Amino acid sequence: MKKIHIVLLVLIAGSIGVLLTFLQTASTYDTIDTAMAKPGKFVHLMAKLDKSQPIEYDAVNNPNYLSFTAVDTLGKSVKVVYHNAKPDNLELSEKLVLKGKYNDGKFECKDIQTKCPSKYKEEQAKGGQHPGTKETK
Amino acid sequence: MDYIGEHLLPGQLGHFFIVLSLVASLVATITYFLAAQSKTEADAISWKKLARYAFILEVISVFAIFGILFYIIHNHLFEYHYAWKHSSRSLEFKYLLACFWEGQEGSFLLWSACHSVLGVILIKRSRNWEAPVMTIVSFAQFALATMVAGLYFFGWKMGSNPFILLRDSGVLDNATGLHINFDVNQPLRPDYMLSVKDGNDLNPLLQNYWMVIHPPVLFMGFASTIVPFAFAMAGLWKKQYGEWTKPALPWALFSAAVLGVGIMMGGMWAYESLTFGGYWAWDPVENASLVPWMILVSGIHTLLIYRHSGHSLRATYLFFILAFGFILYSTFLTRSGILGESSVHAFTDLGMNFQLLTFLLIFVLPSLAFFFARYNKIPSVQKEENTSSREFWMFIGALVFFLSAIVIIGKTSLPVFNKIFGTNIAPPEDAEFAYNSIQIYVAIIMAALTAVSQYLKYKDTSGKYFWKKILIPTIITLILSALFIVFGDIDYNKKGPVFQGSIWLAVVCSIYTIVANAGYIWLGLKGNLKLSGGSISHVGFGMVLLGILISSSNKEILSNNIGGIPAPLAEGEDPRENLTLVKDMTANMGRYSLTYEGDSAHPKKQQWYYKVRFKSNDGKEEFVLLPNAFVNYKGNEGLMANPSAKHYWDHDVFTYITSIPNPENEKDTSSFKPFTRKTGDSLFYSRGFIIIQDVKQKDSIPEELFGADGTLYEVPLKIYSKTGSTYSVTSRLANAKGEWFAIPDTITSESLVLQLQKVNPDKTIEMGVKESSAVLKYVTLKAYRFPFIKLLWYGVWITAIGILISMVRRIQLNRKNSISS
Repeated sequence: MKKIHIVLLVLIAGSIGVLLTFLQTASTYDTIDTAMAKPGKFVHLMAKLDKSQPIEYDAVNNPNYLSFTAVDTLGKSVKVVYHNAKPDNLELSEKLVLKGKYNDGKFECKDIQTKCPSKYKEEQAKGGQHPGTKETK
Repeated sequence: MDYIGEHLLPGQLGHFFIVLSLVASLVATITYFLAAQSKTEADAISWKKLARYAFILEVISVFAIFGILFYIIHNHLFEYHYAWKHSSRSLEFKYLLACFWEGQEGSFLLWSACHSVLGVILIKRSRNWEAPVMTIVSFAQFALATMVAGLYFFGWKMGSNPFILLRDSGVLDNATGLHINFDVNQPLRPDYMLSVKDGNDLNPLLQNYWMVIHPPVLFMGFASTIVPFAFAMAGLWKKQYGEWTKPALPWALFSAAVLGVGIMMGGMWAYESLTFGGYWAWDPVENASLVPWMILVSGIHTLLIYRHSGHSLRATYLFFILAFGFILYSTFLTRSGILGESSVHAFTDLGMNFQLLTFLLIFVLPSLAFFFARYNKIPSVQKEENTSSREFWMFIGALVFFLSAIVIIGKTSLPVFNKIFGTNIAPPEDAEFAYNSIQIYVAIIMAALTAVSQYLKYKDTSGKYFWKKILIPTIITLILSALFIVFGDIDYNKKGPVFQGSIWLAVVCSIYTIVANAGYIWLGLKGNLKLSGGSISHVGFGMVLLGILISSSNKEILSNNIGGIPAPLAEGEDPRENLTLVKDMTANMGRYSLTYEGDSAHPKKQQWYYKVRFKSNDGKEEFVLLPNAFVNYKGNEGLMANPSAKHYWDHDVFTYITSIPNPENEKDTSSFKPFTRKTGDSLFYSRGFIIIQDVKQKDSIPEELFGADGTLYEVPLKIYSKTGSTYSVTSRLANAKGEWFAIPDTITSESLVLQLQKVNPDKTIEMGVKESSAVLKYVTLKAYRFPFIKLLWYGVWITAIGILISMVRRIQLNRKNSISS
């Protein structure tokens, strides 16, 4: 066996090892129920903003404190705390990916990804906003 | 029915050229194939002639489509869905091109146009290789043409046509006002265009000059990866297993230079107009274009090994196939919407997933099958490489780079993995670190190998030669590294000493790469710049690595604070990154003091510029940054911020707005304005802020004054004025003999009146604030300092220049050879 083949095998084994370790450290997508079942564990919580509940954000008092209620498709809701500025399109979002941990009755968020209805889907949606509707009403 | 105000001719022409392009590219594919398969020279020539006509017709069609679509956007013909969706009247001319490639259709056209240009050059230059190579290019053109065809076959839609009219796109179907009798079941009113006055506009984030230049360069990079791939396929096909490497090399170099620059221009755009505070986030979209580049660069190196030693030809085949294959994979990944939750980029799914997947598989599967079927016929050298040879270490370098690319794309493909296996795996907690923790070692290995490999000779190197040559660069590196370790600093210790140590090591290796390769230009090549393309690009590569390492690990968050007010950070407090600045009030944050001085608006758009003055505490720097934001822009409710940066030779100061006041909250403050706060909280008034020091209930109070159940609350307050003065007052609230007494405190110099109005059982208080002055104006922002980021940008240019110098030299060598042979 050539030296280069040994190097090749070692490196490929190393790469596979790296990818497997990556899978080990990976987290999961969760609902509020399953996230609550594993407090302190980092998860990707799939939910949306509960618009009936107030959003607490006052940049003058504390620009690093946002709190709101998230609700998931199963109807469960949880209080979310995010120590950062409020994402600008939070109210518009149709879906939120909340990355963080559930602890002591609230979901401590490290990062929020807002999924907004794309322009394209918006056009497809029935009764959505359309050009011209405003001017001619 | 005839509609008023529509311009239908451009669209009809567009449709015609789309069909023409589809047919012409198919004809070109078939005729080039027949030319390549011809048994006799005469047959080949006549087929080739026909194929050339077909391909030229294809080129004309693509540019005609391109021109017509641009005409539609430029003239604001909003009766076309594409113009309506991606542009608007208020858009500056320079961004009209950015509109063009905001949509998938436009970016496919851009890709196709790049292929056209490359194809014409290939026809002129590639002689015997023209027929097989152009068969593949023409077929790719056909595949791209189907993406914009918008034709229906038995109810299956093929591609998405950019010339669809607004009224046919379904957008207006539910717009009651535009239909006859306000009934959506009736046809549109003939004068519906009167109501369609403006388009949806380009996404504000894309309204940046980098978005005009980055996509064409990137797509030229994407498109050009097909050329080395096509040459490799042609080599297999014509059974000329090694000869193709000669003409393919300059093309591969061109592709590496352009694709590399294109990717990093995306980084520059992200840095200048996105607000994640950096140029690279290991986002799937970035990874998907980086990976083919890495594989292509590996392929270039194995190709060089082959040309000099006969080794590594099989690896070269594999790398060029995969470089192109991963371009198609990245197209699938980024356009199919499969990334969903894992990418911050919002992709629109055009319902073309099946077509995109076909595009990927129709190239990758047959080419890999072909490669493995002919694997044993591809010549290889049985003799083992010497460990003192350049090719041995170069191959290891190429292999590490390739495997690192595979690891990156493996991690990026998590959503694909989930889709195939029905699993539910999400990225880890610190997704960026998952990449960085591995790639730092790749960087160390690559930098070290890049530094020493050039000092090795192909086949065999005598130890004496090697040590003699490399001695000086090594000593210089050791001195520079020692200086760096003494005077420089890598502060990044969040991930533990091992990672911090690795960064130090990687910095030293990058310095070694720069010094050794710069040195090699004189030590090895006697200062002949024409021959130094490789060394120059390696110097650039070292600079890129060094720039990335220093700017990322020593990135400083300037706006660190507690609770968002510029109060001094106490021991052990977890700092936060957003800082609120009240107008005209200077806030101190670390190195700089900041003043928000006012704002101004864009004359045409809902875009606001916030003037923030930075003054360094050592008095050396003073500048104004204008971070700006689109506010409630065309249906995008809220704030879309654009950063602003001050560039120095050794660092950048970078800031962007994260929050602005909601206009509804700005009310007159001539009466007491109530605030609910607790201990440690702050509250702003127009000329400063107040910190609630404590909420105390006094225990011993004279009974004769307060009665038996009397209470007295004391709230010590500290007031920080923007003039720099501080005041301490204590607000009191008393309950004496059943009645509440609040005693207002007046701070005359601040024209401020404070009154403790209520103390709740949970120790929160209600404070009334009254002041005669105007409303409170503020912005909330984040600020960063990136040291030595210029090294990265210059490194990218130098790498590209080095690669292009090599390309020119290889073209000249090929020419010389073909003349002499």
